[in-house]
Amino acid sequence: MKGQSFGKGERESGNEDKSFKILNRWSPISPPLSQFLRVTSSRDEERVRRKGIFMMKRWLERITPTDVFMWMIGGAILLMIFWGSTATLAAGTYTAHHWFDFIIFGLAQGSIYALIAMGYTMVYGILRMINFAHSEVFMCGPYTAYFVAAAFYSSGFLDQYPMISLVIIFLVSMATSTMVAVLLERIAYRPLRAAPRLIPLITAIGASFFLQYTIRGLYGSGFQAYPVVKVLEGEWALGEFRILKFQALVIVAAAILMAALYSFVQRTRLGKAIRAVSEDKETSSLMGIDIDRMIVTTFIIGGMAAGAAGVLYALMFKQVHFFMGFIPGIKAFTAAVLGGIGNIPGAMLGGIFLGLVESVGPSLFLDGLGIVAPYQLKDAIAFTMLVLVLIFRPTGILGERLAVKKA
Amino acid sequence: MVLLEIENVHTYYGHIHALKGVSLDVERGEIVTLIGANGAGKSTMLKTTSGLLKPRLGSIRLEGEELTRYRPHEIVAKGVVQVPEGRRIFGRLTVRENLEMGAFAITDRHQIESNLERVFNLFPRLRERQKQLGGTLSGGEQQMLATGRALMANPSVLLMDEPSMGLAPVLVDIIFATIRQLHADGTTILLVEQNARMALQVASRGYVLQSGSIVLRDKAESLRQNEMVRKAYLGET
Repeated sequence: MKGQSFGKGERESGNEDKSFKILNRWSPISPPLSQFLRVTSSRDEERVRRKGIFMMKRWLERITPTDVFMWMIGGAILLMIFWGSTATLAAGTYTAHHWFDFIIFGLAQGSIYALIAMGYTMVYGILRMINFAHSEVFMCGPYTAYFVAAAFYSSGFLDQYPMISLVIIFLVSMATSTMVAVLLERIAYRPLRAAPRLIPLITAIGASFFLQYTIRGLYGSGFQAYPVVKVLEGEWALGEFRILKFQALVIVAAAILMAALYSFVQRTRLGKAIRAVSEDKETSSLMGIDIDRMIVTTFIIGGMAAGAAGVLYALMFKQVHFFMGFIPGIKAFTAAVLGGIGNIPGAMLGGIFLGLVESVGPSLFLDGLGIVAPYQLKDAIAFTMLVLVLIFRPTGILGERLAVKKA
Repeated sequence: MVLLEIENVHTYYGHIHALKGVSLDVERGEIVTLIGANGAGKSTMLKTTSGLLKPRLGSIRLEGEELTRYRPHEIVAKGVVQVPEGRRIFGRLTVRENLEMGAFAITDRHQIESNLERVFNLFPRLRERQKQLGGTLSGGEQQMLATGRALMANPSVLLMDEPSMGLAPVLVDIIFATIRQLHADGTTILLVEQNARMALQVASRGYVLQSGSIVLRDKAESLRQNEMVRKAYLGET
């Protein structure tokens, strides 16, 4: 009995040591770093130099042929990007106006990805599960709002009161997407909360098909043309550049929504509780937090963002379709991974970055290489980027900051 | 007056019978300690009380109200609050946010503010570090935070699971001084400890748990004198 309790004490002090070391690695005034800050004598320098050689040897031992091969691929792609960009810029096919248009389009597209990615990343954060039906949450909102928009259009209400109509269209879309997201959680995911992780994932894919084909069964497989909102046609002049009105709307609306959602998660009681549950469910429940309610809240936030993104997407491309969620959904998932999945600012950053690369990339990287119609390769660029991130930085752009915070 | 009454509780982990009919009671304002070796079922007892585990049989009552049918967050709202084993700080939330989470069951803002003030007065170190992330605190500070976080919920019974675990002796003394302080303020505490010596010093009564059953129950004073306890848990010969 006595030996047993001794053993436990030892193990625990071992744990303590480890966490101390992890903390030290990141702490700005940790002992190992402060040694380097000290004025060094020649003996110290010698020691530091020897240590350097030793570290170098260790590093050489650790790299494998696979690493070298991967670096070569990475290097080749970088070289290609550099070469292509130089050639494109030297050829001067595109004017500053073109580039400006690409950037604005990229920002608009990227903001939509970012809004959808919020849903992926928050659900992942709290349930450690990729909600593959999120692309259908995104599709259901604008599809339902289409009927409202069409009715407004044919009655002339849309042209008479465009602002009121737009607000109503947004609200309908957000409400529908939120409802779908909440039902999805309640019916498809909650009963499987205790199941192994693969099972809810497969359920999500099933739910995704179910939603797609329900919409198809109800409304057919054709495209529905979104009515044109006249006030959003045309462009504004910004100095010598021009910006399309609906693109400006998309960027501004997405920025406002993201700021609102982010401050909700950072500042409010519910937002903090969501973060607490993401970190440790059991302890959160010991704090009096209702886990199920926080998970539903997360789905509501994701649904609202997706619904808003859906209308923006429909206004940009002027149509809805039962399959419209698939590509933006998978791009937003890419964006979430790019930014570091589970990390909300990461999802925003990842979305905008992906939108920009997709929009500027084909012309900048590929045009100079003599590829015809490079714009059709934008999806290839997006997914190549996903693969590269997974190889070279599996934690995503902001992943490391997450790791520091965890320590 | 009995505040928390645990009667004939049986808890299972799958097929493993972890608690075999544990009964104990805690009176208002006292410190009761539950001591026992690793794996005796001490933490299981606290988890069952908090509702994280459902007992297959038995009853847990707070002032006569049955707790076993409630979910964990509802039990917290009733006033039974746990400081979990290993502190379990939210590392990516700031110290202040951690404390706010402790008060999640309370909706009155003024109440939260005054609780926050109370915790900061109890642990001035936490006031200094309120903007820091929980994960950057030292072990002792984390234990303070975990305790403060539980106090934020206005507990009528505080369940403490191994508060001295993995702490340096100096910090253990500080933690036990805090427990005495809380006792002086009138908090009712059920203390689970591996450090039986310290636990029996602060507690008024104690229970000894051995492989899922209570084998001894007595005044802390008498337990300290008990031959079996001295050999097995105090390391005396």
